[in-house]
Amino acid sequence: MYPAQFEYHKASTVKEALDLLGKYKDEAKLLAGGHSLLPAMKFRLAQPKHLIDIGKVSGLAGIKEDGGTLVIGAMTTHHDIEASALLKSKCPLLPEVAGHIGDPMVRNMGTIGGSLAHADPAADWPAAAIALGAEMVAEGPKGKRTIKADDFFKGLLTTALADDEILTEIRVQAGGANVKSAYAKFPHPASRFAVVGVAAVLTMDGGKIAKASIGITGAGTKATRAKGVEAAIAGKAADAASIQAAAEKGADGVDVQADLQGSEEYKKHLLKVFSKRAIEAAAAKK
Amino acid sequence: MKKSVSITINGVKHTHEVEPRLLLVHFIRELAGLTGTHVGCDTSQCGACTIHLNGQAVKSCTMLAVQADGAQIKTIEGMATDGKLHPIQDAFWEKHGLQCGFCTPGMIMSAAQLLERYPKPSEDQIRHQLEGNLCRCTGYHNIVKAIQYAAEKMAGK
Amino acid sequence: MATAKLLGASVKRREDPRFMTGKGNYTDDLKLPGMTYAAFVRSPHAHARIGKIDTAKAAAYPGVVAVYTGKDMTGVNSLPCGWDLRKDKNIPGVVQDLVMVPHMPLSSDVARHVGDPVAVVIADSQDAALDAAELVSVQWEPLSSVTATDRATQSGAAQVHAGAPGNVAFKWELGGGDLDAAFKSADVVVKKRIVNQRLVANAMEPRACVARFEDSTGELTLWVTSQNPHVHRLLMCAFVLGIPEHKVRVIAPDVGGGFGSKIFLYNEEVVCSWATRKIKRPIRWTATRREAYLTDAQGRDHVTDAAMAMSKDGKILGFHVKTTANLGAYLSTFAPAVPTFLYGTLLNGVYVMGAIKCEVTGVFTNTTAVDAYRGAGRPEACYVIERMIDVAAAALKMDPADVRKKNFIPKFSGAYQTHVAVSYDSGDYAKAFDRLLQMFDYKKFRAEQTEARKKGRYLGVGFSTYIEACSIAPSKLVGALGAGAGLYESGKVRVHPTGGVTVYTGSHSHGQGHETTFAQLVADGLQIPMDQVEVVHGDTGLIPFGMGTYGSRSASVGGTALHMSVDKIKEKGKKIAAHLLEASASDIEYVGGQFQVRGAPGKAVPFGAVALTAYVPHNYPEGLEPGLEETSFYDPSNFCFPFGAHACVVEIDPDTGHVDIVRYIAVDDVGNVINPMIVDGMVHGGIAQGVAQALWEGAVYDDQSGQLVTGSLMDYAIPKADMLPMYETDRTETPTPVNPLGVKGAGETGTIASTPAVMNAVVDALAGFGVDHIETMPLTPERVWMTLQAAKSKK
Repeated sequence: MYPAQFEYHKASTVKEALDLLGKYKDEAKLLAGGHSLLPAMKFRLAQPKHLIDIGKVSGLAGIKEDGGTLVIGAMTTHHDIEASALLKSKCPLLPEVAGHIGDPMVRNMGTIGGSLAHADPAADWPAAAIALGAEMVAEGPKGKRTIKADDFFKGLLTTALADDEILTEIRVQAGGANVKSAYAKFPHPASRFAVVGVAAVLTMDGGKIAKASIGITGAGTKATRAKGVEAAIAGKAADAASIQAAAEKGADGVDVQADLQGSEEYKKHLLKVFSKRAIEAAAAKK
Repeated sequence: MKKSVSITINGVKHTHEVEPRLLLVHFIRELAGLTGTHVGCDTSQCGACTIHLNGQAVKSCTMLAVQADGAQIKTIEGMATDGKLHPIQDAFWEKHGLQCGFCTPGMIMSAAQLLERYPKPSEDQIRHQLEGNLCRCTGYHNIVKAIQYAAEKMAGK
Repeated sequence: MATAKLLGASVKRREDPRFMTGKGNYTDDLKLPGMTYAAFVRSPHAHARIGKIDTAKAAAYPGVVAVYTGKDMTGVNSLPCGWDLRKDKNIPGVVQDLVMVPHMPLSSDVARHVGDPVAVVIADSQDAALDAAELVSVQWEPLSSVTATDRATQSGAAQVHAGAPGNVAFKWELGGGDLDAAFKSADVVVKKRIVNQRLVANAMEPRACVARFEDSTGELTLWVTSQNPHVHRLLMCAFVLGIPEHKVRVIAPDVGGGFGSKIFLYNEEVVCSWATRKIKRPIRWTATRREAYLTDAQGRDHVTDAAMAMSKDGKILGFHVKTTANLGAYLSTFAPAVPTFLYGTLLNGVYVMGAIKCEVTGVFTNTTAVDAYRGAGRPEACYVIERMIDVAAAALKMDPADVRKKNFIPKFSGAYQTHVAVSYDSGDYAKAFDRLLQMFDYKKFRAEQTEARKKGRYLGVGFSTYIEACSIAPSKLVGALGAGAGLYESGKVRVHPTGGVTVYTGSHSHGQGHETTFAQLVADGLQIPMDQVEVVHGDTGLIPFGMGTYGSRSASVGGTALHMSVDKIKEKGKKIAAHLLEASASDIEYVGGQFQVRGAPGKAVPFGAVALTAYVPHNYPEGLEPGLEETSFYDPSNFCFPFGAHACVVEIDPDTGHVDIVRYIAVDDVGNVINPMIVDGMVHGGIAQGVAQALWEGAVYDDQSGQLVTGSLMDYAIPKADMLPMYETDRTETPTPVNPLGVKGAGETGTIASTPAVMNAVVDALAGFGVDHIETMPLTPERVWMTLQAAKSKK
């Protein structure tokens, strides 16, 4: 349970980190909270020759509001998101999802940026990022760029981030009074990763769901948008029958992976169940 | 290339030249000689390695010693003060919250954070906040009782 | 001096202060001057021929002290299997002799399971050992493998051992009564397949050892995570390494849980003990959790076809059980006993049965070896019985509680001879069940269940009225059954001149709290304050030969050995006191901590004075040796049979199949209780493990590759705090006549009882859909949901 040898570099600014990434290229990995990377390194499944620790880079952690946009530093821990009064009032889905991640100790170290950049197919943040239409801000040698959540998750453990880029911020729009959200998760009993996880953000119009934005994680090789469910529920009343009917589309577009937790049939069924539960829970919020 | 790392553990500074790959838990156990923090797994599940880093409960097996350079750490050995047991330790003793003792240091460190964040925790909250600490001996019943008892004592009842 | 009654008191544990403050002494905590570190090279294949092993690069790696393979270990024998099953030894029930296959500490010809060690690298640091181990290159020739229990004997299956054709390790049977007549005369016969899945013990402390050879004296000290250090020493010295026992000291310091997995002699401590003599430096090895998954002896793994013959009014006429038991790739130390004498002999349960027959085939597969795991054979037996009782009740359209009550053996003390060799000690099974039904309002629950169903909620209750055999065991009896060891226990009580007492017990505490309970026992017997008694365990250098802690035997067998020594101390004390008091020894009684003349309490001498006199024997009986210490070896005359009744209430989420434990109630009879708080703790922990088998745990081997797919805590779900409820527990107390303490044993009852309680509850919740059985555990949400879907589509 010892990683292979590597060189360790501590960056104090984003520029320093980018310079090191540029220097060591694919021999280097960024070390954020370390709770995805270090477990892999302990099994020697990952053996980077260079680790660039961005844990002490100034300005990468923190939560603030900028107009109607909430700006979350990539190095903000899951715990800080879970405990954030600002987010509880302006974007409650984020603290709700944070509380589902790992366990309290993992949440003290793991970061939202690290999780999103790692893109574990069963992680919770990707579903929330899609549902919130989050924008990921990345910085590279050529400057900053913004990547929409829908374009961010490319495949198994693969994102749109280039190897020489660092994710620096996650930006989400603060929800109005008519925006309600919920996260429904069916956790693996051992790892507590999502066997299925559905994040739903509903824009309400009276008793109707004017628009639904739904992100799904867990069952496929990457997080996806539940376009079928969204289309089916748009404009419908938030009643049991409508939600049930829309949720039937929960497995559409997901490349369901069978494993010890379930066959394809069962997981597809779970996707429907948890789509329903996420929408119901969101609609029921005050 | 080795790095010089200084970590203050229970108020005492420990400085060593270490390979970057040295895990924090091994720094604590092998270099600082504090063997109360245990290694129980290799997938960051069990929590036997839980310590406090700058006031927060952290799994020391999932950190490199170099990441903790300059940090303040408290381990189980630092919970009792001047020979007087911490109320949580007292509570575990009173309520038979341990059998083989191997998970206990991590469990107590985790409980300390739990009670700091939730001074009046419900049974559900306690069980949920202990997700990161595995015990194979007690079935958790008495651990929950110990934490409930500690909460009462620490609230001054 | 009057002392508070200690027996039956919930005294706080002595062990706790060091554990709570991080001052425990676990094997991996040990640091010795000059210590080296071992890393093992293991087979990545389930089955492979071992070709050339190139160790040159590893040996040249900086910091490496030595690299060894199996070929280097000349003169070293196989790890022994300590339980034989042979017809020519008149061992009862043997149909086909056990094939004693070899199990070398480092395999050199064939690797037979993933994780099978083939080389060891010893280096100055753990890092160097691990780095260098990766440089050892082995020419593997992968072979086809077999892992599934019910495929091991099929023609065409890979052969695990040349000496065991068809992978049959043994065939055995046990029974009594006229089974054919029972089934012929039955009104209803129910038949089911029952799979008791493979489990991984997962004690929180991984296995570890430190071996130190002292060249100047020729002494070897081995610290090892063992439940039985003397057994480790005997097996290693006499059978494997051929070194004299008196030159070896085995110390089991604080051990972080065992549950059976730390009973056995393993490759790693043997290799380290051998290698330290070569390099003349201490060697430490600690398992990673992954290594623990691959090499710790695993548990259970039976595939059973059971048939129960019933009369129409619910009487059990006959019970026929056919089991295939997977032993893994090698014979672990006690493996053959678990699916035979610890299993078949419990199939009578708490019921009057007309006839029983049990047939067991043990098989080899390319998996980790299987041996005792909490309950060891008795959970497997209880599961089969309690599941079949419910199946029979459903077929008869009778209430499962009523079927149990109809068949309970009526209250007895002294002996109840079963059809399966054993004679129970004492029991009142109806009383435990009645107590359970006082704690659990069954009628009210059935009404609630019906109402809930109307609202689409599925609640269920499962009962488990169990019995088990523990306090192992009478030596002659187990010897006749094939044991290579006695199963007595040692207990030495040493009184010091100034009146303090040190207790040396052959039992070993790895969570059971013997430092507390045995102090209670001895202090109570000697009528002195508890803090005057110190308990020492785990060191062969200090303690007379003991058999260790497992099989819920420590309080009953270890405790009785101490009780005998306490009695001997009192008898000798009386002689000394008689001399001091100028009376006759037969007139002396021991009351309130002093030796006094019967009828003349004023003529008395306190314990302390007698102790001092024993060591300063100036005014002393003629012919009596000085000193005041006594050693006893207690060989029990029978097993003890704890019993009880558990109930589990579950709710099933019909959309996901997720099972929630709503309530868990346990009534146990463990005979007399030394420390109620500690016994409660044992029950809690036992329940957690049994519930876990029903709902979450299961070691899964891939059929094709033989890889252990559930090889970490990320995949194999041991329970977390948020998966279990508070347990409601109570006791009845039916003292056993087997030992003077009246103690039966409590360490495994929770695990034995709980698995069927949970399974029966889930089936009960789904009974309305026509479900009467689910073959396989664990009841993952998927399994429950698929069962429900299948049942619904039949309607």
